[in-house]
Amino acid sequence: MSDMKALYLLVPLAPLAGAILAGLFGRQLGRSGAHGVTILGVLVAFLASVVIFQDVRNGHLFNGTVYTWMESGGLKFEIGFLIDPLTTMMMLVVTFVSLMVHIYTIGYMKDDPGYQRFFSYISLFTFSMLMLVMSNNFLQLFFGWEAVGLVSYLLIGFWHDRPTAIYANLKAFLVNRVGDFGFLLGIGLIAAYAGSLNYAEVFAKAEGLAAMEMAGTGWPLMTAICICLFIGAMGKSAQVPLHVWLPDSMEGPTPISALIHAATMVTAGIFMVARMSPLFELSDAALSFVLVIGATTALFMGFLGIVQNDIKRVVAYSTLSQLGYMTVALGVSAYSAAVFHLMTHAFFKALLFLGAGSVIIGMHHDQDMRNMGGLRKYMPITWITSLLGSLALIGFPLFSGFYSKDSIIEAVHAATIPGAGYALVCVLLGVFVTAFYSFRMYFLVFHGEERFGKAHHDHHGDHEDEEPSSDHHHGLAPGQKPHESPWVVTLPLVLLAIPSVLIGMITIEPMLFGTWFQSAIFVADNHVGLSQLAASFTGAFGMAAHGLVTAPFWLAMAGVVLSWYFYMRRPDIPAAIQRRFSAIHTVLENKYYFDRFNEIVFAAGARVLGTGLWKGGDRALIDGVAVNGSARLVGWVAQIARLVQTGHLYQYALAMIVGVFVLLTFWLNLG
Amino acid sequence: MTGMPLLSLAIWIPILGGLLVLATGADRNAPLARMLALGVAVVGFLVTLPLFAGFDTTTSAMQFSEFAPWIPRFNINYHLGVDGISMLFVVLNAFITVMVVIAGWQVIQERVAQYMAAFLIMSGLMNGIFSALDGVLFYVFFEASLIPLYLIIGIWGGANRVYAAIKFFLFTLAGSLLMLVAVLYLFVEAGGSFSILDWHKLPLGMTPQTMIFWAFLIAFAVKVPMWPVHTWLPDAHVEAPTGGSVVLAAIALKLGAYGFLRFSLPIVPDAAQAMAPLVITLSLIAVVYIGFVALVQTDMKKLVAYSSIAHMGFVTLGFFMFNSLGIEGALVQMISHGFVSGAMFLCIGVLYDRMHSRNIADYGGVVRTMPKFAAFFMLFAMANAGLPGTSGFVGEFMVILGAVKFNFWVAFLAATTLILGAAYTLWMYKRVVFGAIANDHVAQLQDINGRESAFLAILALCVLAMGVYPFPFTEVMHASVDELLRHVAVSKL
Repeated sequence: MSDMKALYLLVPLAPLAGAILAGLFGRQLGRSGAHGVTILGVLVAFLASVVIFQDVRNGHLFNGTVYTWMESGGLKFEIGFLIDPLTTMMMLVVTFVSLMVHIYTIGYMKDDPGYQRFFSYISLFTFSMLMLVMSNNFLQLFFGWEAVGLVSYLLIGFWHDRPTAIYANLKAFLVNRVGDFGFLLGIGLIAAYAGSLNYAEVFAKAEGLAAMEMAGTGWPLMTAICICLFIGAMGKSAQVPLHVWLPDSMEGPTPISALIHAATMVTAGIFMVARMSPLFELSDAALSFVLVIGATTALFMGFLGIVQNDIKRVVAYSTLSQLGYMTVALGVSAYSAAVFHLMTHAFFKALLFLGAGSVIIGMHHDQDMRNMGGLRKYMPITWITSLLGSLALIGFPLFSGFYSKDSIIEAVHAATIPGAGYALVCVLLGVFVTAFYSFRMYFLVFHGEERFGKAHHDHHGDHEDEEPSSDHHHGLAPGQKPHESPWVVTLPLVLLAIPSVLIGMITIEPMLFGTWFQSAIFVADNHVGLSQLAASFTGAFGMAAHGLVTAPFWLAMAGVVLSWYFYMRRPDIPAAIQRRFSAIHTVLENKYYFDRFNEIVFAAGARVLGTGLWKGGDRALIDGVAVNGSARLVGWVAQIARLVQTGHLYQYALAMIVGVFVLLTFWLNLG
Repeated sequence: MTGMPLLSLAIWIPILGGLLVLATGADRNAPLARMLALGVAVVGFLVTLPLFAGFDTTTSAMQFSEFAPWIPRFNINYHLGVDGISMLFVVLNAFITVMVVIAGWQVIQERVAQYMAAFLIMSGLMNGIFSALDGVLFYVFFEASLIPLYLIIGIWGGANRVYAAIKFFLFTLAGSLLMLVAVLYLFVEAGGSFSILDWHKLPLGMTPQTMIFWAFLIAFAVKVPMWPVHTWLPDAHVEAPTGGSVVLAAIALKLGAYGFLRFSLPIVPDAAQAMAPLVITLSLIAVVYIGFVALVQTDMKKLVAYSSIAHMGFVTLGFFMFNSLGIEGALVQMISHGFVSGAMFLCIGVLYDRMHSRNIADYGGVVRTMPKFAAFFMLFAMANAGLPGTSGFVGEFMVILGAVKFNFWVAFLAATTLILGAAYTLWMYKRVVFGAIANDHVAQLQDINGRESAFLAILALCVLAMGVYPFPFTEVMHASVDELLRHVAVSKL
């Protein structure tokens, strides 16, 4: 057992060592040294994860402490590992995608002066994410939680001379902090009422906690805990209304959009709720809350994908929408379906992002789809892999996304929890929307007229006001042709395309209907979860065959066909619709005005409040009235007293006589 | 080890060494004065290490005690000792003194001997405060420590230094005069004893308890500083030289907080319990109100000064919830704030030495010319924002957990620091460090030299070590904090 513990430690520490070496000694190591050492670290972590996965399949679970971080007030704060099926699955996903992204980065960042720094950051991210998923307690969970947030902050602002990038990274950090605020309070409630931060110990007391009320408020304790924890998940997994940071995070280099802002970090919230299933199962109110937030995100963020012209932003809104699907699955107690979708999504979304990155390389850092078209001739590998990724995303039968998304829709269909009806409408409509924006992007990029090399838009997302000084998006010169990317870029695409297609049909049975997650995920008896689906499950191929006659399949097909018709055959129609429904289009263009609201109410409001408190409170009242006021009072008294001290003897004499007279009067009257 | 009068050494080596440095006189002997000061500071730090290494974590009794009659006629004694509450501050203080001497190495070119001497003497006096167990001895050290800091601000400070120095002096003096009255009252009540430990056991009625509490509250609140008697601090910081700000933030603010634990809570426990809602309210105002005020500051030093007040709000909040997570968290926060705020002021000093401006608007794009500095500054900014893995997280986390136990809404307001602290710190960082190079001055900046790297690296190690493994720090506190809580729970009425 102890040799396994060493292996567990090796998984996070190998990337950490790579990060430290590349970060502190980047200049000495040079470029190839930096990517060599970090890739080696992640490769070691991946191989160790595979070994651990085999070990867990043989039934060897682990829950133990590495060291005691601190003790206080009867609470033990520890760093420790919980190795179970859920953890190992996450370890495999994180290390595999991270490895692919590390290799890809060699090609994507090859001209960047911050090459070593970038490798250091993504390895540090891998370490943080592994600590998060391997934790056996809330303290370490929070550590990992904030650490991935830090790396995300550093990477979004990687090009720190771009005003939009450093705006986006501050925004991302602060919005995540709003989520962490709730998360920390949830952890605090657990510590206060359960008296422990260890998962197993807290879960053992869950029934007791569910019967309690929160002191001073009368609220059911478990609902309060779960909603607080979920607010943390809303920040990290970008659920409405804390989603606003994720689209802006696309300011970061594309490899991290794939790794952090699509495949792994943003799924931390989903993972956390699944991990906490023994708590969430005991509060229907919290589950309903989760469900409604998730459904809203799934549909309404999908709509926004339709109006984007920046290729990365389309994928970003698609990520938001898919995270909504996972959250919906959590809300209907289909935790294993959520985690299943998390896994399939990690592969196909990393693939789509890296494919988009490959397109961006080919286009010489032009990200505007209006300047693309017909790229399939010039970038065949990118084209095929992106097509496979898109089919997985829209849930085409047999592709991995089909199994995970269909399971979620079926689970919503079977659910009886309040909000399930609304959620069903959202996820079904969402299927159509997903197919529409995905294939709109696919057709605009890879098919149709070749629009590159003509006008020089210098357009980057919706930040038209930014300085065009940066050399990160200059686009193709007139007459120049796009080209396929080098092998370090295309190899990860191919390696990611394989699981994007196959992983669903291979793993659906053990993950959803088998015993794989039995030890990690708990579903209460009164919740349907996946039990109805399990009863009718006839194997992966049977499910795919059945899928052809269900509504989601036809909705997806309708989306694909409509996007083809609109953008390949009759591009005048979407333009006409845009004119006809300009009000709706404006709302979508402005992303439902969330950003505007936050800027006016929170950002500007806080500054106004701060200025008011500073100038009105500190300066005017405390310093002006109280401090300088008392100084003035002393001065004023002294002025009056000084008037009396005139230096004229007759006035002193008069005062004395008056005084003696007054005293005598008093004395006589008293006597 | 126990044979050595370690606490006396910790007090008198810096004071006598400081006088020796003073004796080197004029600035032509400045190199000698610097070397001598460094030597004294290092020796002064080394003698405090056995306090930590040899500390007995199993007892709440005073350790390394020394006792000698001083003025027998009034039963005033030279009585020293440390417990789990005070010991770490002696070590921290001696450590920060070394940092300050190194930080002032090149920057201070005028009256070098006096500058170094003032810091050394202040360091010795502050060690006296943390280890005095006699009321008069404490008071003498407490008042005497004002003088060097007053001089540091008044002589080596900025343009408006005289106003700031006098404001600082009057605020704190006014507070401590009330404490003198309380000390004298306790002397009479205790039957002619100035022993603080005797006062802990002294039965007192509610009315005298309340009056003593107020006297102490005003004295200590000014030092901490608590809202609304905090306005001297931003002025003092802005005018003080870098070293002065470091000592002010890292050590001087801790004196008031320490006073609450040594005097208010154990001597007048009933009044402290009764007044807890007031102190908690003031602490929460410090966290929230000051957080917003910090956000809109245009001067880097003022911003960090306000952030200090907010962080100290966590300290007083932790003390008055009367649970061990709260008190130990507050103590951890005090130590961490010593490292982090010290480092933040040193970072601002690094910039100020080059640009002669503390104005945020004069900066931008510093990372392009000073990448090493930017990395250190990022670490300390994150620590200031309470990121896990840094020391800044530990204390805040403990106090928030303690607060949830105490009252959810208190915790709710306290936890807003997660957002506010990140907002004001990182927004400043963004405007100063990130972005395009703002002007020619920034374009010509030189990155940190070896000396600057050295002290920033040492502080960075402290911040990280305490964040990754705070166990040794809390371990020494347990016995004393538990004893304090047991003591406070027993009514004196």
